[in-house]
Amino acid sequence: MSNYLELSQVSIEFPTPNGPFKALDKVSLKISEGEFVSLIGHSGCGKSTVLNIIAGLHQATEGGVILKGKEVNEPGPDRAVVFQNHSLLPWLSAYQNVELAVNQVFKGKKNKQESKEWIEHNLRLVHMQHAKDKRPDEISGGMKQRVGIARALAMEPEVLLMDEPFGALDALTRAHLQDSLMEIHSDLNNTVIMITHDVDEAVLLSDRIVMMTNGPAASIGEILNVNLAHPRNRLELADNADYNHYRAEVLRFLHQRQRNPKAA
Amino acid sequence: MTELALRSIRSIFGWSLPFYKLAKGDAVSEQLKLITKTFLLPVLGVTVFLLLWAGLAPKVVTSLGAVPGPAQVWQQFQNLVDEHQIEREKEAAFYERQERRNAKKLENNANAEIKVRSYTGRATFFDQIVTSIVTVLCGFLLATIIAVPLGIVSGLSNSIYNAINPLVQIFKPVSPLAWLPIVTMIVSAMYVSDDPMFQKSFLNSMLTVTLCCLWPALINTAVGVANVDKDLLNVSKVLRLGYFTHIYKIVLPYSIPMIFTGLRLSFGIAWMVLIAAEMLAQNPGLGKFVWDEFQNGSSNSLGRILVAVFAIGLIGFLLDRLMLAMQKWISWDKSAELR
Repeated sequence: MSNYLELSQVSIEFPTPNGPFKALDKVSLKISEGEFVSLIGHSGCGKSTVLNIIAGLHQATEGGVILKGKEVNEPGPDRAVVFQNHSLLPWLSAYQNVELAVNQVFKGKKNKQESKEWIEHNLRLVHMQHAKDKRPDEISGGMKQRVGIARALAMEPEVLLMDEPFGALDALTRAHLQDSLMEIHSDLNNTVIMITHDVDEAVLLSDRIVMMTNGPAASIGEILNVNLAHPRNRLELADNADYNHYRAEVLRFLHQRQRNPKAA
Repeated sequence: MTELALRSIRSIFGWSLPFYKLAKGDAVSEQLKLITKTFLLPVLGVTVFLLLWAGLAPKVVTSLGAVPGPAQVWQQFQNLVDEHQIEREKEAAFYERQERRNAKKLENNANAEIKVRSYTGRATFFDQIVTSIVTVLCGFLLATIIAVPLGIVSGLSNSIYNAINPLVQIFKPVSPLAWLPIVTMIVSAMYVSDDPMFQKSFLNSMLTVTLCCLWPALINTAVGVANVDKDLLNVSKVLRLGYFTHIYKIVLPYSIPMIFTGLRLSFGIAWMVLIAAEMLAQNPGLGKFVWDEFQNGSSNSLGRILVAVFAIGLIGFLLDRLMLAMQKWISWDKSAELR
């Protein structure tokens, strides 16, 4: 099924006092089930906008998004989002944060015991069962992001959308979380779309890397297939010629063909 | 509740902690600094005030004699306590007499009709304090019941906010003295009953309090609700939470600190307005006490009014602390600095 998720000629304009601002111009992309796709590009190129349109938080001005044959036009738990700054409810514990999602999504489908097991299962997936009763301000940034991922996974989404999920974390924590994410992806084989501006992260995790041109009216510049066998190991890949070739491709795109408009 | 009690104890006796640590010999200079800040300076401030008051008050001579100093005011306070006790004794004696009379009647004739009357003595200063507190709490509660839901609704919807904002801005600065005649007329016209549950003076004061203290709670609630973190709103959208679940699970917890800020502002206004309202509405509370003493014009009046002034200030302060303790108890964010 290569048409699991399809973006078809998506354009979006935002109204501004100086007339409409075209953020995206005719973005088309097909994603198959179980695929891990990264969106990479400079700040302000509209990566997040693409993700928000898929999530249903923004409405495309032209074109549309089709998920499993149905058009997407509002947010829903079938397209769970992991936000950059975790977005956990600060007054709830890790367990309760996941519980809120589970109770809402599986209302009437899971009984109390089943819900409890499902919540704990998801916290285990992200290695957070030990801190399930801690509130967000009592755990580190990386742990918060883990809980955020657990909450999204617990919705059993068709597509997992991740908006720079590790952008605010330090390099070591980020590496840990990337490993966890690879582990989860190989277990569950869910479809993931991740925004990043970290080249190594993109190459390490993705099956395909979608490189976006600079805005305004950004669109897809190039798509790179990453044919590296799973499971991937960052240490082994460090000396791998293919891996370095992919890295170089992305770097060339970002720094030669699409120079950062602000840095220039 | 035990936690609440513990917190209130800590907030009341917190100042003694450095003394305790000093006695134990922990970081002496640090503790001395703390003692200066939390104990010596406040005491110094109050002492200077009392000295200035005692020195200057006798120099101001009014038609009721010189303005009383701290000693005379303290004297009047004791008088008020005595009057209260005498009144209580009279009341007890009244009920005792009544009971004896009724018992005798029943002895003579088992079917005799007995009358039980309640005591109708003078309200003492302390009775009036209770009346004031009950009145202000009722008015404030009514305001809360109106303002918080309305604030939530207008914080959630820009259209509703824009629709009610001009009204809020216009009514907010209106003095209680302007509301009171209107409230009085409306209550007289609408609340007609042979066996009224509430005194009209109580309703007038209470409703005036409500009208004046609605606004800060309403505005702060609306602002708090309108500023809920956008990411949390997105979480709510992705989860497709229903309108009421959204309010209950996301909006309310998030805006609790702002709601309480508004409520505390409202409560301050309520207490201030109440005294003025009671003066004019003749509700038997502290406001009426001040007014009666002013009309009474005895040589003790100014001293008694000053006792009321301090009572009003102290009670207002304690009620605000109580609200603060409640906020700390309800709010999830225990780390937030509350003052």
